[in-house]
Amino acid sequence: MTTVLAQGITHTTGWESAIFYVLGTIAVLAALGLVLARSAIHCALMLVVVQFCLAVFYFVQDAPFLGAVQIIVYAGAIMVLFLFVIMLIGIDSSDSLVEVLRGQRVAAVVLGFGFAGLIVFPTGSAIAGTTAVGLDSANGVGNVQGIARLLFTNYVFAFEIVSALLIIAAVGAMVLGHRERAPRPTQRELSEQRIAGEHPSAWTGPGVYADHDAVDSPALLPDGSPTRASLPENMSQDDIIDVIERVGIEK
Amino acid sequence: MPPAAPVQYLPATGVFSATWLLVLFPLIGAAVLLLGGRYTNKWGPYLGVLTPCLSFVFALFLWMAMIGRSGDSREISSTLWTWIPVNGFHVDVGYLIDPLSMTFVLLITGVGGLIHIYSLGYMAHDERIRLFFGYMNLFVASMLILVLANDYLVLYVGWEGVGLASYLLISFWYFKPEAATAGKKAFVMNRVGDVGLSLAIMTMFWAFGQTNFAAVFGGIGGAGSGVALALTLLLLLGACGKSGQFPLQAWLPDAMTGPTPVSALIHAATMVTAGVYLIARSATIYNASQDGRTAVLLVGAITLMIGAIIGCAYDDIKKVLAYSTVSQIGYMVLATGLGTAGYALGIAHLLSHGFFKSTMFLSAGSVMEGMEDTTDMRRFGALTKAMSVTHITFLCGYLAIIGIPPFSGFWTKDAIIEAAWDKGGTSGTLLAITGIVGAGFTAFYMTRLMSMTFWSKSRWRETFRPHDAPKVMLVPMGILAAGALCVGGILVIGRLLQNWLVPSVGEYTEGVRAVNPWLMSTITLIVVLFGVAGGVQGFVRRPVPTTAPVPVSPLVMAARHDLYDNAFNEAVLMRPGQWATRVLVFFDNRGVDGLVNGLAAFIGGTSGALRKLQTGFVRSYAVGILGGAVVALGALLLLRAA
Amino acid sequence: MNPANYLLLSGVLFTIGTVGVLLRRNAIVVFMSVELMLNAVNLSLVTFSRLKGTLDGQVIAFFVMVVAAAEVVVGLAIIVTIFRTRRSASVDDANLLKY
Repeated sequence: MTTVLAQGITHTTGWESAIFYVLGTIAVLAALGLVLARSAIHCALMLVVVQFCLAVFYFVQDAPFLGAVQIIVYAGAIMVLFLFVIMLIGIDSSDSLVEVLRGQRVAAVVLGFGFAGLIVFPTGSAIAGTTAVGLDSANGVGNVQGIARLLFTNYVFAFEIVSALLIIAAVGAMVLGHRERAPRPTQRELSEQRIAGEHPSAWTGPGVYADHDAVDSPALLPDGSPTRASLPENMSQDDIIDVIERVGIEK
Repeated sequence: MPPAAPVQYLPATGVFSATWLLVLFPLIGAAVLLLGGRYTNKWGPYLGVLTPCLSFVFALFLWMAMIGRSGDSREISSTLWTWIPVNGFHVDVGYLIDPLSMTFVLLITGVGGLIHIYSLGYMAHDERIRLFFGYMNLFVASMLILVLANDYLVLYVGWEGVGLASYLLISFWYFKPEAATAGKKAFVMNRVGDVGLSLAIMTMFWAFGQTNFAAVFGGIGGAGSGVALALTLLLLLGACGKSGQFPLQAWLPDAMTGPTPVSALIHAATMVTAGVYLIARSATIYNASQDGRTAVLLVGAITLMIGAIIGCAYDDIKKVLAYSTVSQIGYMVLATGLGTAGYALGIAHLLSHGFFKSTMFLSAGSVMEGMEDTTDMRRFGALTKAMSVTHITFLCGYLAIIGIPPFSGFWTKDAIIEAAWDKGGTSGTLLAITGIVGAGFTAFYMTRLMSMTFWSKSRWRETFRPHDAPKVMLVPMGILAAGALCVGGILVIGRLLQNWLVPSVGEYTEGVRAVNPWLMSTITLIVVLFGVAGGVQGFVRRPVPTTAPVPVSPLVMAARHDLYDNAFNEAVLMRPGQWATRVLVFFDNRGVDGLVNGLAAFIGGTSGALRKLQTGFVRSYAVGILGGAVVALGALLLLRAA
Repeated sequence: MNPANYLLLSGVLFTIGTVGVLLRRNAIVVFMSVELMLNAVNLSLVTFSRLKGTLDGQVIAFFVMVVAAAEVVVGLAIIVTIFRTRRSASVDDANLLKY
């Protein structure tokens, strides 16, 4: 049915130009919206619009198979994947407006215009007066059949390679996305980590006013003076005097 | 004119075809000792002594065989193998054994063997004794190559070999800074002389296309006086370097920091006489150039006076002997400068000097051994009783060198003075007077040495226990002392040596101005006795101070400073050399390196600036890609349009 | 209408995609811009097919779609991985590979 529809439209030149100019304008505007929209979600929606426009163009140009694939695979599967990732990494991760690279915007715009000019104008002058051969004869047995014949004859090797590429990509994505989870430490490991560290004794408790925690350093009273009572009983008197002199005047 | 030099040598037959064995024995000894390492420590020294003795015994056989031949068939040469077979330049390794070589071989192996035996005792307590004998054997082998060569290039191999051995042995105790320095000094100064010899060899190749004796001697007659003069002067430069002659004498006294047997063998008896050998061997060349001979005479006369004057001022026993050596070799060089009248006399004095000087060196070594390695004569005195045998041998050497009849020096030295007088003319008179004055100085400094060492009052410390050396040292000293007494007389009386050497250096000729030899000898003897009297007066009658007196006459001062020879070398040669080096280093650092480093810095700087382009921002790179695409596209379109 | 006009549209869309790659910092949007460029190329391939009268252009456009699908899978996985470690999807934040 699609083939009939497409042929019906295609062979009416007026229809085609109308479609081209309307949808072409929409596609360009949507593409600009993709570039200019701040939110990633909006960008994705703009891209969907462009792809739908292109799908219509494919239908119009006697490529119904590609049009269908465009809608199913691109606008469907791939864009869903995009949206999925946007959701995954945060829907609010929009761009900031400040451009950090100096001259990047100017360069991008100037080069963009230059590139477009170099593409469009020579092409425009080159296509003047060309006529299309048309795909009526090539699609004689049906578009899908024609593509299938080519794929499984002339392009069979590339087809196999591409299928391998898809498998590899799928496996690669799985490898990239997979995260190895470290086993939780047991209670024994935690306590060993705590006890068998470099420091042989407990750290000074919080709130204690002292810059030493050696046994021969006296504790300090709230006014900052050392107290003899905190020293070990078996320290000699001379040592105690040394220590007290070192720390400050005893209360 | 002497008869034309023989340019054809007889082929080797019979025992002579094994002449190379002479070299082989010490060469094997050296190889085994130097390559064998510590496995040869135990028996190595004995092997080292054995090899020169074997060579000596074989040399005696050869000598007998040579005596058995008639006078004109005593020059035997043979080729062993071809060394350089290049087209247009052909060098064979071979040997020439004739009366001159034979004489040297006997001296080297005989005296060398005795000194090796002596070394067994002298070096007994040195833990590197095996290495010492290895070097000594290397020296003997090289020296034999030198005197047996039949080609100047092969001679040069031996020449460098003895230089190497000399360097190794002078700095044998390299851990002493002065020994290491002395070795380097000797090596460098010898290089100066070696340049002369190598240039001489190149000149021979340029002039004759060959360097073997037969070709050179045969071609010298037709080569023109310029070539002859150049060759004589270049060879003389080589001889000066090796024999410590003016102006290259400064290394020899410093070389005394080596072990005493080395001083005796290399720096008194054999190696330093290689220069005399070179001149005598090249007699044919020197006969062709009167001017060259005059230069030789001049060098000899100057050197003998320099050595004699400086010898009077030193207090180090070995340095006195060293300057004495310089002076005595001056006599020999003077003699060879006289031409056919003197070659044989020079060799005769060389032989007797080899005996008496090695006797004195070995005796000095014995004194040092008894005095705990002291060499300062001001610390000796009154050793006659304590070292009676050493005293006797030293006395033999002393009598021989100062020329008391009938001992060696009297015959050989007086003959040289007489021959100088016979040369005739003013030059002859001056040379003879120089010789006589030199003899007087010799008598003075040797008497001074004997007085300060043996005859004056004791000045050594009480802790010393002076004693004679062990027998293994005394026996060689005794044999050499006996030789010192009589060798000169045996050689010169009846012109034994002169006739023996005829095939090598040409017919002996009398000078033009015959003088009564008895008158000449009497004059010389009187001057010598004056010298002895001066020495006795100054150093036996008067007490000898233990430190050298300082306010002394300018001449003594100059003599103590080697007549300012070292200062001269330092100021004129060394300092400008250092400056030139510094200039070159500056140029190298700033100019050459500056260019290279500047280029590298330029590239490095440019890269450093360009590196900033790599910002890591992928969008910057994307701009670059798009820009490139635009440029490529534009270029394509332009090309299409054109 | 001349069917070759599609080529002009394709060129414009491609350029817009390029500018999007240059201007946007969100990695996902950059990626969408790349997709836009690929789609623009596909449009020209389909047009070529029609102009020439053979189906090869369509086959190649088909291959481009397949490759684009593979690329999206891997690219999005990379973006997720980077986001997981750096908590950012900005391409400017991944600038460690520099001088």
